[in-house]
Amino acid sequence: MEITLTVNGVDRAIDVDPRVSLLDVLRERLGLTGSKKGCDHGQCGACTVLIDGRRALACLALAVAQEGRDVTTVEGLAGGEELHPLQAAFIEHDAFQCGYCTPGQLCSAVGMLAEHGPSAATEDLTADPELTAEEIRERMSGNLCRCGAYPNIVTAIAEVAG
Amino acid sequence: MNRVEGHDKVTGRALYSAEYPAEGVAYCYPVQSEFARARITGVDASAALAMPGVLAVLSSEDPPELGEDVTGELALFQHREVAYRGQLVAAVVADTYENARAAARAVVVSYEPEPHDVRLRDDHPGLYKPDKVNPDYPADTEKGDVAAGLAEAAATIDVTYTTPVMHNNPMEPHASVAMWSGDGELTVHDSTQGASADRDMIAQALGVPPERVRVVARHVGGGFGSKGTARPNSVLAAVAARAVGRPVKVALTRRQMYDVTGYRTPTIQRVRAGVDAAGRLLALEHEVAEQSSTLVEFAEQTATPARVMYATPALRTAHRLVRLDVATPSWMRAPGECPGMYALESAMDELAVAAGLDPIELRVTNEPDAEPESGMPFSSRNLVACLREGARRFGWDERDPSPGIRRQGRWLIGTGVAASTYPARRRPSQASAAVEDGGYVVKIAAADIGTGARTALTRIAADALGADPAVVRVELGDSDLPYAPLAGGSMGTASWGSAVTMACEDLVRGDGKQGFADTTEAVGAAAKLATHAFGAQFAEVRVDADTGEVRISRMLGVFAAGRIIDETLARSQFIGGMTMGIGMALMEETITDLEFGGFVNHDLAQYHVPVNADIERIEAVWIDEDDDRLNPMGAKGIGEIGIVGTAAAVANAVYHATGRRVRDLPITPAKLI
Amino acid sequence: MKAFEYARAADQAEAVAMFRPGVMYLGGGTNLVDLMRLGVARPDTLVDVSRLPLDGIEPDGGGLRIGAAVRNSDLAAHPLVRERYPMLARAVLEGASGQVRNMATVGGNLLQRTRCAYFQDVSKPCNKRLPGSGCPAIEGDHAGLAVLGHSHACVATHPSDMAVALAALDARVHVTGPGGERVVPMPGLHRLPGDEPERDTVLEPGELITAVVLPAPPPGASRYRKVRERASFAFALVSIAAVLDVDADGTVADCRVALGGVAHAPWRAYHAEQALRGSRAGEDAFAAAAEAEMERARPLPRNAYKVPMARNLIVRTLLELAP
Repeated sequence: MEITLTVNGVDRAIDVDPRVSLLDVLRERLGLTGSKKGCDHGQCGACTVLIDGRRALACLALAVAQEGRDVTTVEGLAGGEELHPLQAAFIEHDAFQCGYCTPGQLCSAVGMLAEHGPSAATEDLTADPELTAEEIRERMSGNLCRCGAYPNIVTAIAEVAG
Repeated sequence: MNRVEGHDKVTGRALYSAEYPAEGVAYCYPVQSEFARARITGVDASAALAMPGVLAVLSSEDPPELGEDVTGELALFQHREVAYRGQLVAAVVADTYENARAAARAVVVSYEPEPHDVRLRDDHPGLYKPDKVNPDYPADTEKGDVAAGLAEAAATIDVTYTTPVMHNNPMEPHASVAMWSGDGELTVHDSTQGASADRDMIAQALGVPPERVRVVARHVGGGFGSKGTARPNSVLAAVAARAVGRPVKVALTRRQMYDVTGYRTPTIQRVRAGVDAAGRLLALEHEVAEQSSTLVEFAEQTATPARVMYATPALRTAHRLVRLDVATPSWMRAPGECPGMYALESAMDELAVAAGLDPIELRVTNEPDAEPESGMPFSSRNLVACLREGARRFGWDERDPSPGIRRQGRWLIGTGVAASTYPARRRPSQASAAVEDGGYVVKIAAADIGTGARTALTRIAADALGADPAVVRVELGDSDLPYAPLAGGSMGTASWGSAVTMACEDLVRGDGKQGFADTTEAVGAAAKLATHAFGAQFAEVRVDADTGEVRISRMLGVFAAGRIIDETLARSQFIGGMTMGIGMALMEETITDLEFGGFVNHDLAQYHVPVNADIERIEAVWIDEDDDRLNPMGAKGIGEIGIVGTAAAVANAVYHATGRRVRDLPITPAKLI
Repeated sequence: MKAFEYARAADQAEAVAMFRPGVMYLGGGTNLVDLMRLGVARPDTLVDVSRLPLDGIEPDGGGLRIGAAVRNSDLAAHPLVRERYPMLARAVLEGASGQVRNMATVGGNLLQRTRCAYFQDVSKPCNKRLPGSGCPAIEGDHAGLAVLGHSHACVATHPSDMAVALAALDARVHVTGPGGERVVPMPGLHRLPGDEPERDTVLEPGELITAVVLPAPPPGASRYRKVRERASFAFALVSIAAVLDVDADGTVADCRVALGGVAHAPWRAYHAEQALRGSRAGEDAFAAAAEAEMERARPLPRNAYKVPMARNLIVRTLLELAP
């Protein structure tokens, strides 16, 4: 099937098998291998991208169902050579080891910082909570890091969140 | 300094094995055995071959040509016997991943199943004493009279601990892209912890000379041991590429990884120990039962830390192994030390309780002057300093040892401590250094699996060259570079760093343009000393009194691991190890399927590893050690000691919180309620 | 994954008109795509209903009407849900991860399938996936599975957190289908397995959930609590949605208790509720109520822990809700 979607600001028309995930389109067709395949079942977060500005799992998104969507991957976070503040903070705070979960962590953090409302860590659900370390930990728990760089990930995100 | 490849990793430019572009690449998807023990009677590929895009089906109907020395799980499709459920029995090559995967389901494999045996038990009639345990230790040791020591003791324990199957689960699934050149040279972009060793294993499996094979692995998404040996995906990609005459990619699924990329053996461990009235050990015995496959003997060195830790006049350690219809276990972060120290350090806590002693004082009382089993002097040993420093930082002096008496709301609170140890070793390595473009380039077939090897070696080289790290570039992750041992056994930095230091010194002393080193002689000539890193982990847990949920409120690790090359990298390694240890303590368990063989849970939704919310306050510090007899850097490995001791510290804290001693990992709510 | 056709419906009538055997509706895809990749779901055609204009949350009398295509995260973040149905917001937020909640729809959440490992593994038997093939969980690994309402054919649990809160809130599920429109009360949408574990719900082939309507919030204090060994991003071992309304004299005027992780459906604890109503709020009454429900449990060897866990959770949660 022919679909069109915008990837990192570029319009793309692609002919895809309905079985193909958005993740495999990015990785195998568009050469955008920054989005990682860690589990292919929505259980690790390594494939996290932004779809219409919201963090989502590219492995569970069928490409054919993304017609007209605006997709941002880790390759699209930086403005030219200027790193996104989260990318810079991840380097500065050593928020990764192997780096395989990192693109998903970054896209997830970008999406998370734009989200409103409470999380499971929020006591009073009617208030808009401060983004404490505890809130960041809960909100980032969909992104596994087997190297265990979580504390530095939290520090990096907290710095950018201000 | 920041990680030298950091920019590539945060922008998505760092390429991992499956991501290397290859013109005309085809995709290979394996078919796995549905029986744990069977004989294959036929493989019908006709339906699969008729499906869209299918290029070839590989199976034992027409075994691919492999080397004579190929063994175990790399002997793909050579035999009709199935050794475990999940073993690769066929594979489909197709033009797209989707087509390969769909066609794999259409391959019909016929079996004559036989009854299987997949359950480890400590009274299994098949238990035997292996000749050696990994890498080359005696299976058993004995000195003094354990029975007499126990009979004399003022306080004794006799306890059995079990640990389950655990899986490494690096975030990057094992994957290989293989391509043959027109003149029969093979290049494999592989997810491996050591390009040189991987190249040698692939070459041996294929029966081609190693110089005809090149392995490239510049970025590797973790391994924790599972990528320390070539896995079936590497060989499968090579034979599939040969079969279809174009590059082939094999990217294992997470589920397939549970079956064919190794796992930590389950263990059943009995510890007996006794102390006199002053807390001095009179006897210590550590017996282990563990498993291997019918294909290969893999004997984990689980009881070896008892040979290192404590002074005792009577010490016995023993390993017993049973060969089951299971996949072959393999290395997982601190094989041996990790499960073994869980049992030994839990037992020390139980012994402290039995003897009415503080668990730190019990350990200090039994600090040895020399390595207990071998009698060799330690090159350096600062366990006591780690315990003391940790106690000070953690506030241990204020601790009331009574279990089950601290409550905050619904939570029961407790603290625990455990010691850790890991051998400090190194292996021969080569490296080169050269002046290039106004800077230096250092070449070595080392691997950076996330440890920060590229960064640490840059610093080591800069030190040796007297240069700014900014003008030093380290090239690694390619078997065409000077030979290097793999990233494993916490030996990477020591082994590679020695070679890099010597190569840089050679450059400086020589023509100032080029240097080369081979440390084979230096490593062989090293003094005979007991070389180990030590540490102490402290945990504060809270346990929900109603549900048995355990949360780790605080975790502290204090380590004595020689000279720390890079504080940032080291802290990350220690904390990462402790994080994996928390997973081991509380949630990680792969359940063997007794009815069908293989495993029941085989994904990241049902095999839980810690998430961000599990790690609240975690800290790693270290004691500076000046140990110049180890290697030119004075460094001990830091990749594994963080996990060792963590599970015991958590288990001991859970006991302190609840009064319940769970001797069967993981400590889940089900076991505490 | 089996080859299939993909089509997008413009409205719900078209979606229903496109239905025929072999068609499945695609919402957020977080469970269906997963199951297709595993070979568990094998549709011939996917009809994408994720973009139907069913994504509103609006007041409905004293209650709230939630479109079936509303994303889980939008549901939890909606001011009216947070203010008036905090138990529901909490249940949604306790489920899955931020990314999954951004994708998953309300309708899809209700229709998600069990995470029983045998159901998800096509190389093994499973009565739910392949009727008549057997249930290996009963003799095998059932540590996470049902203790209430299960059958000799199936011991699966329903994995949703949201559905547990909806069951406690007496939500009504609006569906449309080849036979027209109808309303299914929420405890009642999901079936117990009986002899037909392949049927998770009472929905007929081709029926499509269009909305979930909440009645006015019940009086009293409410709470959702989930037990899991991992601190986040894990299915419930046991969960509870509870509402407790106590009169000035300390008598329980009304209450709702629903349990997750214990049955093939969100488990409304009617026996506990019955024991509670009119009783004097306090630990004794709460313990008696918990016992009245959990004495009906028939645990298997490896999930017996769920019985005291659920009992303790009922008592603890009610104590926290009592004035």
